[in-house]
Amino acid sequence: MEAIGKTFAAFEYEVGKEKIGEYARAVGEENPVYFDREAAREAGFRDVAAPPMFAVVYSSGSVAPALFDPDVGLNFAMMVHGGQEFVWGEPVCSGDLISTVTTVKDISEKGGMGFYVFESVSTNQDGQEVVRGTWTNIVRGVS
Amino acid sequence: MNVELKVTPDRYLPHRYAGASGDFNPIHIDVDFAKQAGLPSNILHGLYTMAQVARANVNAAGGDPRSLKRLSVQFRGMGFPEQEITVTGSVKHERGGHVIVAAEAEQGGKRIIRNAEAELDLAPSS
Repeated sequence: MEAIGKTFAAFEYEVGKEKIGEYARAVGEENPVYFDREAAREAGFRDVAAPPMFAVVYSSGSVAPALFDPDVGLNFAMMVHGGQEFVWGEPVCSGDLISTVTTVKDISEKGGMGFYVFESVSTNQDGQEVVRGTWTNIVRGVS
Repeated sequence: MNVELKVTPDRYLPHRYAGASGDFNPIHIDVDFAKQAGLPSNILHGLYTMAQVARANVNAAGGDPRSLKRLSVQFRGMGFPEQEITVTGSVKHERGGHVIVAAEAEQGGKRIIRNAEAELDLAPSS
């Protein structure tokens, strides 16, 4: 598969306090460090902290173009999100500028199913890694 | 340490999660579209359910999001709004405040996330 190893242009995302709050409320988070600047600073964060799974918000803009890439040739009609891993580093806070680069990690076939694995690496404005995501998509009925 | 969380996403949760996450795939927000695809209703975003597994682990670790170092999940089956989700997990390995938890998320007797593994640091440096 020639698409394996292909890397896409970096996607930049500026993290905002209200977007963190919107996300945190949607997933049922209640910790004030996700909503209140003072509470976050008291807990040792630079600013309002993003919940770990906020990684989805700032990295999906990098992963989506990889999924749609014609070289990858992923059949969306038959695709399911099979698995996901995140490895967290430096916490993400409001005001951060996160840059994410996605790579096609692997494409393989087993028992008529196609496995498409993408890796996203997100770093903050100081060059610290904030999250590394592994996105596994499964496509049924590949010949 | 005991990992357990129960949550019932309401009817409009998939819409709020779509807005929050940016994933507007109609299978999550359009009941007619989902029925045409052979489903009983619109389905939850898998990453929403994964966020419940993350939340359950962070809560069990004392609530500090910095304690969650890694989470991997496998999505199996589909989750639906207006039905209770139960996340459970148990410690598989522990050494020096570093804990590995095996977890899953169940809804209506079906495991919608299985083989989840969380890595927690119980004394994260801030």
